[in-house]
Amino acid sequence: MLNFTIRRLVMAVPTVIIISLLIFLLLDLAPGDPTAQLPLTIPLEVRDEIRLALGLGDPVIVRYFKWLQMMLVNEPLHALEQVTGWNVAPDTQRILSWQSRSPVGDIIAQRIPQTLWVVGMGYLFGILIALPIGIISAYKQYSWFDQLGTFIAMVGFSVPVFFTGVVLILVFSVWLGWFPSMYDTTLRVTDWDSFMRQVRQMVLPVSVLALFNAAQISRFMRASMLDNLNMDYVRTARAKGLRERTVVMVHVLRNSMIPVVTVIALGVPSVFSGAIITETIFRVNGLGALLINAIYANDIPMIQTLTFIFAVLIVLFNLIADVIYGILDPRIRYD
Amino acid sequence: MRLKATLWGAAAALALVPAAAMAERERGSSGHLNIIYWQAVSTMNPFLSGGTKEMNASSIVLEPLARFDAAGELVAWLAEEIPTLDNGGVSEDLKTITWRLKEGLLWSDGTPVTAADVVFTHEYCTHPEGGCSYRDRFAGIESVVAEDDHTVVITFEDATPNPYIPFVGAGSPIIQQAQFQNCLGARAPECTDANFAPVGTGPYVVTDFRPNDVIQFEANPNYRVPTQPYFATITWAGGGDATGAARAVFQTGEMDYAWNLQLAPEVIEQMQSGGQGELLVDFGPLMERIELNFTDVSADLPDDERGTRMHPHPILTDIRVREALSRAIDRELLTEIGYGPTGRATCNFIVAPPAMASPNNDNCLVQDMDRANELLDEAGWERGPDGIRTRDGMRLELLFNTSTNAVRQDFQALIQQWWREIGVDTRLRNIDAGVFFGSDPSSPDTYVKFWADVQMYASLFEGTDPTPHLEQRRCGREPRPETQWPGQNINRYCNPEYDALWAELNREPDPERRQELVIALNDMFVQDFAHLPLVARGRVSAKSTDLGGVVMNVWDSEHWNQAEWYRITE
Amino acid sequence: MTDVSRPEAEATAAKPFTPDQAFRPPRNQWWDVWDQFRSHRGALLGTLVFVFIILFVGIGPWIWQVDPGFIDIRSRNQGPSWSNPLGTDQLGRDMLARMMYGGRISVAVGLTAMFLGLLIGTLVGVLAGYFRRVDGILMRTTDLFLALPLLPLLLVMVLLFRDMLARNFGEAAGVFVLIVVAIGITSWMQTARIVRGDVLALKEREYVLAARSIGTPSRRIVSRHILPNVLSPIMVSATLGIASAIITESALSFLGLGFPPDFPTWGRLLFDGRDWIEQYPARVVWPGLFISLTVLSVNFIGDGLRDALDPRIRGR
Repeated sequence: MLNFTIRRLVMAVPTVIIISLLIFLLLDLAPGDPTAQLPLTIPLEVRDEIRLALGLGDPVIVRYFKWLQMMLVNEPLHALEQVTGWNVAPDTQRILSWQSRSPVGDIIAQRIPQTLWVVGMGYLFGILIALPIGIISAYKQYSWFDQLGTFIAMVGFSVPVFFTGVVLILVFSVWLGWFPSMYDTTLRVTDWDSFMRQVRQMVLPVSVLALFNAAQISRFMRASMLDNLNMDYVRTARAKGLRERTVVMVHVLRNSMIPVVTVIALGVPSVFSGAIITETIFRVNGLGALLINAIYANDIPMIQTLTFIFAVLIVLFNLIADVIYGILDPRIRYD
Repeated sequence: MRLKATLWGAAAALALVPAAAMAERERGSSGHLNIIYWQAVSTMNPFLSGGTKEMNASSIVLEPLARFDAAGELVAWLAEEIPTLDNGGVSEDLKTITWRLKEGLLWSDGTPVTAADVVFTHEYCTHPEGGCSYRDRFAGIESVVAEDDHTVVITFEDATPNPYIPFVGAGSPIIQQAQFQNCLGARAPECTDANFAPVGTGPYVVTDFRPNDVIQFEANPNYRVPTQPYFATITWAGGGDATGAARAVFQTGEMDYAWNLQLAPEVIEQMQSGGQGELLVDFGPLMERIELNFTDVSADLPDDERGTRMHPHPILTDIRVREALSRAIDRELLTEIGYGPTGRATCNFIVAPPAMASPNNDNCLVQDMDRANELLDEAGWERGPDGIRTRDGMRLELLFNTSTNAVRQDFQALIQQWWREIGVDTRLRNIDAGVFFGSDPSSPDTYVKFWADVQMYASLFEGTDPTPHLEQRRCGREPRPETQWPGQNINRYCNPEYDALWAELNREPDPERRQELVIALNDMFVQDFAHLPLVARGRVSAKSTDLGGVVMNVWDSEHWNQAEWYRITE
Repeated sequence: MTDVSRPEAEATAAKPFTPDQAFRPPRNQWWDVWDQFRSHRGALLGTLVFVFIILFVGIGPWIWQVDPGFIDIRSRNQGPSWSNPLGTDQLGRDMLARMMYGGRISVAVGLTAMFLGLLIGTLVGVLAGYFRRVDGILMRTTDLFLALPLLPLLLVMVLLFRDMLARNFGEAAGVFVLIVVAIGITSWMQTARIVRGDVLALKEREYVLAARSIGTPSRRIVSRHILPNVLSPIMVSATLGIASAIITESALSFLGLGFPPDFPTWGRLLFDGRDWIEQYPARVVWPGLFISLTVLSVNFIGDGLRDALDPRIRGR
């Protein structure tokens, strides 16, 4: 397994680079223009000059290698410099966003806290709710609990976030006035009071996301548990006189986790890509809002860098999933 | 540009602040102000962005020599007075203009503002590698020279009847030479600190800037009016959507001011009924229109001939068809449904300033289906069995493009129905705004390329002088494939009489005569039914009821008088 | 369709033998499936609802002959009445007619895109899980698709294929193909990863080893032993896939990449109604309800089918 992990990690580097090249080409091919959002009062000749100043005059492959060099060398050096204070990256060029003309690395770093707070918590709560619901629903198949769980999960999944989000804002911000409708990214948690304010502003977006995530994961949990509950080994385990609790929570659960682990591992990178609609509705301004704004504004350096980080996380977490498969079911071999 | 009224404007601005209340207010006494821009600000340097939101945010830090007040009149801002022919500030040959800075002006860092800063601003924005968004403000300038510390002389290449473009208005503010001198040309984006927190002369300074998220301001300690600004600090939040921003002002009271609320009239009305906030609307040159294509865009043509003058449009080159399309539209109804109080039905190409809006075309405001049918009958289009007209085997069918936007899709549906009633079939298409308003030459869907028969969008012009806007419709200004499709004559209109009249306008210095010429050009263009004006759209923002001193301004940044905003206390 | 003969034999063996059974003529196993399916109340109800929805969108427009695009500007924003049972929208178009026509597109897009996504996902998942040689390349492709930003991808697809498809299939059908393909090829990755994970574990199970040891060809092992056992995660992916396809279509319409604006879809009605939620909540509730009902009914049908097809559960 160790061998396999190391080999996959080595393989991941060219994979990620190829993915980044393909994404770069795709973005280049996509019709769009960084000056499209400017008012129509700005003449087309000036727009051409703006595009040239952004570096769009170079051929696509030159732009790609410039970006790659900055992404793989300059940006890590800068990050190192900021963490350690060593002067390792004097005057090296950094990836600049076309919208703000500032280093994308700094903007991404600014956005990570709120994304982790809101989207990460939403995901975590989603998993924590989904697993017990999935297990109980499967164990008591067709009970009222199962039926209710199914109903809520399906409604949670099929009613889009832009609907539930607005309903929550109307009820809890406008009518009841319990929670703010807008997230304040400048809030620093320093004492109990500011902590409570942080909690209050997180409640609505986190619940929307948790509902959506829980809906999905609980369905996979339930289905997979159902498959395993009727297996021979369960009967064997019961026949051996194991306690029902041990049978379900150890034997069945462990064997049912493979699809659930896949779904969870696939979801973790998307925590970092943010929750675009939720972030927009509650004005969270995390990475999701950053990405969608960059896409609207055709801010290619920003899109490219975000999707690159995203690709790295996907490759990494899919690898982690593969390793976990091996732990859950030692019969799985990769070599 | 009537400068006589300059004083009037200043007097009006003073009158807006009740004298009794003014005595009590002093710098910072109103506390904290919350502003929400649902499209967040990405930089504080307007020269590097060009977007309206960046221009508005930077306008409370960076200021021009003169700006427009709410009535569209010039007001001296950093300049002592407006230079004119009468006071000798503008030379007789209309080639030079001399600006004098106010005495004792300080940057927010305490250093004096000098003419050298003005000269440097010109140099910064005209640097060939800088990609400055407001470069066209400095077009036709031969030199900008500092005569002494307080005097700047701008010399134009040709006689310029309207010299109030460079350093005038929110799109042309003065930046500090000391801060930006190492940021010229290609180095401009490297000066992140300067771009995010420019040193300015305005009422506020940036204390924290997060691109596309939030800006924090505090009062400028060196602001030239000692009692202003009244608000000590501002949080300028960004992001979310228009509905959320409106809700934060009208319903939850989390925000004091929200910008650009393009929402359905009923939605705004309902939110407003809570009484927590009020809508601010004023009308400028922004106008929603339908452009009619004069060239054939059939997909059967080769790409480099499609949409060019080589192939005239088989249907729309007939003025009777164009007029019929116009007659079939009920502009008042469109306005009521799409914009409510924030729009006005119009039949003019130039809708503002009010003195330049033609009074001669209002007959198109009334929908006239009979006349439309008559015109099409005359033109030889006869109804087929499905109700759609044909002529020589050709169906009267049009492709109708617009950008994606709820109001525009409603308009498309309505217009499609009206046109079907007069026997015109319409295929609708909506295109992502980023593509539609972009100018990627490889995309068939940009508004410049206009590979459709009709398209709808809104356009405007900068400042109060429509001359450059009128110039766009001259022959030879149309987008062409040879030049990779730049050009602003979107509908490929070409009329030698129009061109001659425009040339006359471009030479004319007399304001009264200029107005007549603008109206004549406007009438010629719209009476040719070369494009169909629909709705003059206002700037729409909202403020909470306890926010005072706000004066909506469509000619400049809507934060032009930010220093005078205050909290109304009982 | 049965996976392993062993458990089935056991299941019959476990039942007490009654003389009746001995004299009954042999029955087609699909009857057993149907019997089991029929006994699943949720599945029956789901089928009923689903049939109702199909009739509503399929035959509805013939019974309720109102043009969904017809604007009656005087009666806009009306509540329910005899002439407009679901009220009218902001332009005075009949909501019932719009729901019917919108449903046609939404259901068609949802089902087709789901099937396409499922097909690709299952194929990739099974191949990658079962054949070690292609695992690496297929999973890296999956990683690539997961990382692709959807919006620019769609913009490119529209740019490259819209006119070509519109010429060959006509405007609306061309867009339909484009959207279904776009949603399909951007939604198969999760299914693929899940199926692969299960297949990796299943192929080491004893019965697969047994099948292989007697020389069963890979194709047979996959189709008879592996596929039936990964059916339930596939079913879950399918039900979730319909919902996300319908919602994705609405997001695409909103961005201007979907159907032309004169084609209503449930997703778009829901999206357009969002701003009116305070004034006219019905305008959001109806499309939301129908999307939820479709997804719920498909989910229960899926549940019932899975139970009915699983011989270990059947007859329990």
